[in-house]
Amino acid sequence: MSALLDHLPELWQGLVVTLQLIAASFAGAAVLAVLVTALRVSPVRVLRGLGTAYVETFQNLPLLVLLVLAVFGLPEIGIQADLLETAIVVIAVYQAAYFAEALRSGVNSVAKGQGEAARAIGLTFSQSLRHVILPQALRTVVQPIGNLFIALAMNTSLAAAVGIVDLTAAANRVNLVEAQPIPIFVGAGLAYALIAACAGFVTGRLERKLVILR
Amino acid sequence: MSSTALFDEPGPRARRRIRVATVLGTLAAVALAALAVRQFAAGGQLGYERWQPYATWPMWRYLLGGLWSTALAAVVSAALAMAFGLVLALGRLSERRWVRLPAAGYVEVVRTIPALLLVYVVLFALPRYGLDLPLFWKLVVPLAVSNAAAFAEIFRAGILSIERGQGEAGLAVGLTRGQTMRLIVAPQAARRVLPSIVSQSVGLLKDTSLGFVVSYAELLYSGKVLASFNGLLIQTYLIVALIYLVVNLSLSKLARTLEARQRLAVPKRRLARA
Repeated sequence: MSALLDHLPELWQGLVVTLQLIAASFAGAAVLAVLVTALRVSPVRVLRGLGTAYVETFQNLPLLVLLVLAVFGLPEIGIQADLLETAIVVIAVYQAAYFAEALRSGVNSVAKGQGEAARAIGLTFSQSLRHVILPQALRTVVQPIGNLFIALAMNTSLAAAVGIVDLTAAANRVNLVEAQPIPIFVGAGLAYALIAACAGFVTGRLERKLVILR
Repeated sequence: MSSTALFDEPGPRARRRIRVATVLGTLAAVALAALAVRQFAAGGQLGYERWQPYATWPMWRYLLGGLWSTALAAVVSAALAMAFGLVLALGRLSERRWVRLPAAGYVEVVRTIPALLLVYVVLFALPRYGLDLPLFWKLVVPLAVSNAAAFAEIFRAGILSIERGQGEAGLAVGLTRGQTMRLIVAPQAARRVLPSIVSQSVGLLKDTSLGFVVSYAELLYSGKVLASFNGLLIQTYLIVALIYLVVNLSLSKLARTLEARQRLAVPKRRLARA
């Protein structure tokens, strides 16, 4: 137990990095996912194809491969960036594919009449998307998005494998010094479980607040 | 066309707009590709001698050897995770509280622990307690442990999706609970969860890239070894990514085919409820 308490500052630093990774890549993924979803439901075939290619590519590549490629490969073609920023961008790009797929199923779950009504009162495509379809679609995807958020939080730990000292890496380092794996890894696991529990709590509240019974 | 809720049949003006957007979209895609190529050329990564090695068999033989190890790790951990997941799912559906609670606890806890943390536990924590697994199992055990929870939820959802009447009918004709599950509910549930199982297996196959961390020579780690040997870093990792992409896309396609076939087999009545 003392191993955990003695190294609290390092572990706390790791937790802060993990929280940064989660918050920043979630924000990035959310924005990207809305764009990709817009592409995937657009009436233009080329744009739909681009959106589909994006989702298929990033859903079928391991995140670790993307991280390795970005962290070690990009400097080779003259793109230098901060390690943490690179990881955030890569995780955001990767998770956006999953968020986009969830959003698309949400858009598809909106009743046909809603879109027809929006057009009948003269809204343009983007207006009907913004004011009619998306608000409803977002409500039905609260639960899937919550699960994806937890998956994103778990995936940020992969940043440890390319040299970012997040919670996982911090726990590992402290263990290498102290050689007391049980308290240290259980502590780190509890921190992740706590993050996931918070996400579950928030989505539960959101869902009760937003959900429309049909 | 999936989202007919969004637009009607296009009229002349909409068709014109679609044509403009098509042209703009194509231009944007081409511009992006050109930018990437220019960046590669500027970094001197497009030279013939930097790609030529990947036209030779030894390089591919090495990477395909890595792919074989990836497949082996994926298959073994999938088999273990499915077996354990099935036990957990049945446990979670058990009538007995002392079976149900631990199973539910396992699933809920493991679902929220990163696979990499489990890998570190097996890699650095267990040896201290005298349990130093061979390299292969250092990758397979954490993957099986974490994916068992995911498979358990898939199986449980499948079992719960079978109409209650099926199980009740089994009990009514005098089968025991075990027999009802084995003879009536499980065979129907198995068909229904097949697509989810395949797509979860894609996730598992992606997770085997954690072999990079335990230095088990699967595809990604093989790529690392190869890149440090021939110095063609970006080319090697791109080829590795391409192999992953091809394999996983085929598996995902299989999942979709299975799903489509199943949709044909399921009567309309059930679809309406789902």
